[in-house]
Amino acid sequence: MKYRSAFDIIGPVMIGPSSSHTAGAARIGRVARTLFGKQPKKAIISLYGSFAKTYRGHGTDVAVVGGILDFDTDDERIPSSLTIAEEAGMDVSFTIEDTVMDHPNTVKIRLFDEDKELELVGISIGGGTIEITELNTFKLKLSGENPAILVVHNDVFGIISSVSTVLANHEINIGHMEVSRKEKGQMALMVIEVDQKIQSDVMKEIEGLENVSQVIRMVE
Amino acid sequence: MFRNVAELVELAESKNVKIAEIMILQEMEFSGLSREQIIEKMDRNLTVMEQAVERGLKGVQSVTGLTGGDAVLLQNYIKSGKALAGNLLLDAVSKAVATNEVNAAMGMICATPTAGSAGVVPGTLFAVKEKLNPTRAEMIEFLFTSAAFGFVVANNASISGAAGGCQAEVGSASGMAAAAIVELAGGTPSQAAEAMAITLKNMLGLVCDPVAGLVEVPCVKRNAMGASNAITAADMALAGITSRIPCDEVIDAMYKIGLTMPVALRETAEGGLAATPTGRKLAKEIFGSYK
Repeated sequence: MKYRSAFDIIGPVMIGPSSSHTAGAARIGRVARTLFGKQPKKAIISLYGSFAKTYRGHGTDVAVVGGILDFDTDDERIPSSLTIAEEAGMDVSFTIEDTVMDHPNTVKIRLFDEDKELELVGISIGGGTIEITELNTFKLKLSGENPAILVVHNDVFGIISSVSTVLANHEINIGHMEVSRKEKGQMALMVIEVDQKIQSDVMKEIEGLENVSQVIRMVE
Repeated sequence: MFRNVAELVELAESKNVKIAEIMILQEMEFSGLSREQIIEKMDRNLTVMEQAVERGLKGVQSVTGLTGGDAVLLQNYIKSGKALAGNLLLDAVSKAVATNEVNAAMGMICATPTAGSAGVVPGTLFAVKEKLNPTRAEMIEFLFTSAAFGFVVANNASISGAAGGCQAEVGSASGMAAAAIVELAGGTPSQAAEAMAITLKNMLGLVCDPVAGLVEVPCVKRNAMGASNAITAADMALAGITSRIPCDEVIDAMYKIGLTMPVALRETAEGGLAATPTGRKLAKEIFGSYK
């Protein structure tokens, strides 16, 4: 079953006009913001495919920036997000790309401030559901059909079993899991897809584990 | 858990409860949330729908200027007393249009099941409300009944225009609304399923061909006709008319039609109305002015 909840059908509450080009775009922007951990000083947003072609009419540009400002898909400030970003001193620029990507609705977001930099590639696959395909050049893969979390952690032994033990203790079954890292012993990522919704207390418990720096909900 | 309409109807009839109740019970099981929490969540969606209709009836314009203001025209026409169709039907049409005009104007809406088809369910609900005077709880049930039928379509066919054409978006929304109207009007679960089947049969093959790729033309007016189709089918089912083809087989037919539909007619803005001389000209004007 691809859809599990009544609220997949009646919902989400969102700023129009398109669940994929507006709500999905805002969600990708917000994941980037959450991963960055604070409001960036500068954002460079590259739009590809259908996003590049129809972004103005669909408000994809304001939606992504709204997400970066930490607005949810139903935040009525989304249409004026460019002005709000400017007033907040956030430098926003867009590039419209010709490169053909695997998915028509692709956006690359780069966020900066004095001491930090982040690069994320996301795609919007329909109905407001998104996938993050790349983070700081780490390749990620999420089906977007099942609830999923992203765990940012240090690459040390035993960390995978600590995380899976927390899930097992809460009787949460892992459907798919990916681990990736760029260099041995450095920052690494775990993407975990599960069968049911992960409640906030479970997320907090994982975040409290040694060597885990961040836990983010990717798909509800 | 129900997998198709036959199981949904059987569950409701064997337990002697509404279809809405079956959906609520399943949601409780799936989410682990209490009944009160689930009702409250749907109540919020209902409020958003209410506000979108109100805003649209005051008149809005989209970013591109392609859509807006038609809901007001219809309301004025109803008030003139010259309308040929019944006022309830036109009221539903105007409220469906109102919602989609708000959507196109970057206003807040509740996707039902998508943003492009968000007008049909609330449009019909707020129109039949005037006649049936439901309680708030019954209006929330209307949304759960819609959700139950949409759930079956989403899992057995599609609710995405890119995957299945507009039959999957406005078609699904119309079927969902028709079934929910029947239940609100006191019809049986079987009659709700008949209304869904009758509606969907008349939406089969509807292509997704948005001008300039935007959720405006013809989406807004397709929501209007979706609402009208839903009310007519609901009345037919309540009159005792049944569909010769069972609802689940209609949904399956819709799925197969979606699979064989050319890509040009599945939300790519390369065929149908988007490819007409005027459609192309509008696209050029809209996107040409930005660069």
